Amino acid sequence: MAWIELEHLSHCYHAGTEQEHRALDEVNLAIEAGAFVAILGANGSGKSTLAKHLNALLLPTSGACRIGGLDTAAAADTAELWKIRQQVGMVFQNPDNQLIAAVVEDDVAFGPENLGMAPDEIRESVHQALEAVNMTRFRTFAPHLLSGGQKQRVAIAGALAMKTRCLVLDEPTAMLDPQGRAEVMATVQRLHEEQGITIVLITHFMEEAALADRVIVMADGHVTMDGTPREVFCEAAKLKKLGLDVPLATELGCELRASGLALPKDILTDEELVAALTSAAREEGA
Amino acid sequence: MMLSDITIGQYFPGSSILHRLDPRTKVVLLFFYLVLIFLCKSAISYAIVTVLTVTLMVLSKVPMRMMLRSLKPLWWIILFTFVIHVFSTPGEELAKILFLSVTWEGIVEGFYICLRLVLLILLSSLLTFTTSPLKLTDAMEALLAPGKRIGIPAHELAMMMTIALRFVPTLIQETDRIMKAQQSRGADFTDGSIMKRLRAFVPVLVPLFLSAFRRADDLAMAMEARCYRGGEGRTQMKALRVTSIDYVAWGFSAVLIAAVLALR
Amino acid sequence: MSIVLEHVAYTYMPGTPFEQQALKDVSATIEQGSLTAIAGHTGSGKSTLLQQFNGLLQPTAGRVLVDGIDINPKAKKERAAARAVRLKVGMVFQYAEQQLFEETIEKDIAFGPKNLGLSDEETAARVKEAMRLVHLDYETYAKRSPFALSGGQMRRVAIAGVLALQPEYLVLDEPVAGLDPRGREELIATIRHLHEKEHVTIVLVSHNMDDIARLADHVLIMSHGQLVCDAAPREAFKQRDMLKEAGLKVPHTMALMQQLRAKGLAVRTDCLTIAEAKKEILRVMKGRGGRNDAQ
Repeated sequence: MAWIELEHLSHCYHAGTEQEHRALDEVNLAIEAGAFVAILGANGSGKSTLAKHLNALLLPTSGACRIGGLDTAAAADTAELWKIRQQVGMVFQNPDNQLIAAVVEDDVAFGPENLGMAPDEIRESVHQALEAVNMTRFRTFAPHLLSGGQKQRVAIAGALAMKTRCLVLDEPTAMLDPQGRAEVMATVQRLHEEQGITIVLITHFMEEAALADRVIVMADGHVTMDGTPREVFCEAAKLKKLGLDVPLATELGCELRASGLALPKDILTDEELVAALTSAAREEGA
Repeated sequence: MMLSDITIGQYFPGSSILHRLDPRTKVVLLFFYLVLIFLCKSAISYAIVTVLTVTLMVLSKVPMRMMLRSLKPLWWIILFTFVIHVFSTPGEELAKILFLSVTWEGIVEGFYICLRLVLLILLSSLLTFTTSPLKLTDAMEALLAPGKRIGIPAHELAMMMTIALRFVPTLIQETDRIMKAQQSRGADFTDGSIMKRLRAFVPVLVPLFLSAFRRADDLAMAMEARCYRGGEGRTQMKALRVTSIDYVAWGFSAVLIAAVLALR
Repeated sequence: MSIVLEHVAYTYMPGTPFEQQALKDVSATIEQGSLTAIAGHTGSGKSTLLQQFNGLLQPTAGRVLVDGIDINPKAKKERAAARAVRLKVGMVFQYAEQQLFEETIEKDIAFGPKNLGLSDEETAARVKEAMRLVHLDYETYAKRSPFALSGGQMRRVAIAGVLALQPEYLVLDEPVAGLDPRGREELIATIRHLHEKEHVTIVLVSHNMDDIARLADHVLIMSHGQLVCDAAPREAFKQRDMLKEAGLKVPHTMALMQQLRAKGLAVRTDCLTIAEAKKEILRVMKGRGGRNDAQ
């Protein structure tokens, strides 16, 4: 049994009114513990709605969402809810709107405090969480004095301090500059590799999605593509039609192949394109 | 950037004895001291509370200049109070200006009242100089906690304070940006009548409110995602702790209060 | 006709412990008809620089001239002229959709023209024109609430609100930040159209070197409050040490071509777009192939 299981999951906003909007439609998805999954999709494709189901911020209109064997709908009014939210940490898009306390370490302590952990235990997990995201130096800072990337790392620490097993990140880098984006992605990758934390990353940036083990593409509330980054990005035309980007190397590779160069179909990274081009040149030269 | 460096309140970071006192101790003792000042009548009792205030100011290690600056906005009120008392207190007449007479009793009375005011302001600002707004919030929550039974929402009030402290700088930055954006569209906030100027702020206030609501929405979601469920069953990392300094402060204050009451 | 910065310096909160010199002796010219990109690391002073262009911030030293007129004059009688000329510079802030406030799109875009004291007819005409420029259909959208739109559309309404002032210079701070790929491409197409077809002079701040490479014809690079580069993109992106110093990357296509060259393929490395890169690779590969066939 997979750790995250979505079965025929549908979600309607404003159900029964004129503005009824079916954001998710019969989604089936299984994500194993320890996976790194990227979710792509144009605005309005339902990916944020999906993310919010993973820690019971939203409940299915029909179908089921199970986290570690716990059904979110059944857990909603019981103590199990806190167990789900403790295990699935969320990081949202706007770095300014998710830090609660006026001092970094107090903010990281917010989750553990809500869980009723003992003060010493809280101090220890806050310390570890800040170490894990490399923000110990800033622990007494006020959030508004931090850069966007630093704020997002504090938000990640806030989830880690609850001893979370899974991080769901909803476009965490959309509002950051390139440096902040790199900081956040390095942190996410490190947590995945070193601590085995399950990552569900929603993003618009293909370079970020390429880091995952698995890429899921959503459109109109459905999962339309699901595979390794290589499998998904090779379908450049389909991605473009969905209003998504394609990695530069893939796009250039496609165009060159269309112009008659003998290149493999599944080029994903710059290195691969360079290697393919140099070997093609060698063959032609030979 | 311009407005963002302004912090709220006038906290002066430090590690003096006063800084290390439990904020609850400070709030409660401040209350007692303020009452004490109003009970003073004799010169000796005034002398005791004055010496107390000056001693605390020295102990706080906050620069004197900064503390005296907190009197500045109230300078005129103090002077006005003094003048009123000098002229309105009956007694031995020293001089006469027009139909008003200056009395010796008036000068003494005016002096005492002004001293009271000055001491009140200084003691209160000592609290805010030596206690961070966050600790004050914690103290408020702790002191109001018994009030829960009669319906005072201590935890909620404290959470509101915390969020306000967190978001005031962010909203100041945002106001600055929106004002500049509307100025770039020809809005003018400086010219015209008061009504005109108030109306000019609509294009700033509407986006500001909208953004505040959006932030509130996001924040509520983030809090929920982090298992927030009100004050029930919640613990605190930095639980307030009473230390030996607090006991000393309490003991010392008890003696002092007794002395002033005896000598007043 | 141009925007000229003459030895502009700016210090935040001078005389306080928070004093910070954000701009140091910046001199540059933005020619009419150009599409200038300002690049720089966060905190490099690029946003401060931007706010000098229409007098939102007044330089602590130096002058800013728009079409030859000092926009921060000392003499009182020159102020009216300065105010008029400031309005020639339209300013679109980052996340510009956050400045929307009216019930309908039409009313929001009309805010600027109304502030100028224009007649109702003139205002209505300008609203229509501005909506056309950002590719929002007047009939469909004029009476709708701006808050019911998608993020990309809302941003376009905000840009229309600035265009309704009919600025000669349009300054945009991170215009595509936070948009999804489709919204980003649409907005970039709009900016390109404004520049090429409507002849609006454009200044844009971006930290995306790929966008700068494919859009701009002039690049200003800021680092630690100083202007460290003022050149055409192809020239600017050749200076690898300067870029590294400023904390910026070369555009992705150039990085790729540099890798190819390092592997022994004799390609030019200054390709700014995918189309250019493709052409260059084909030139080298096919050219060589052709020669080989002939042997």
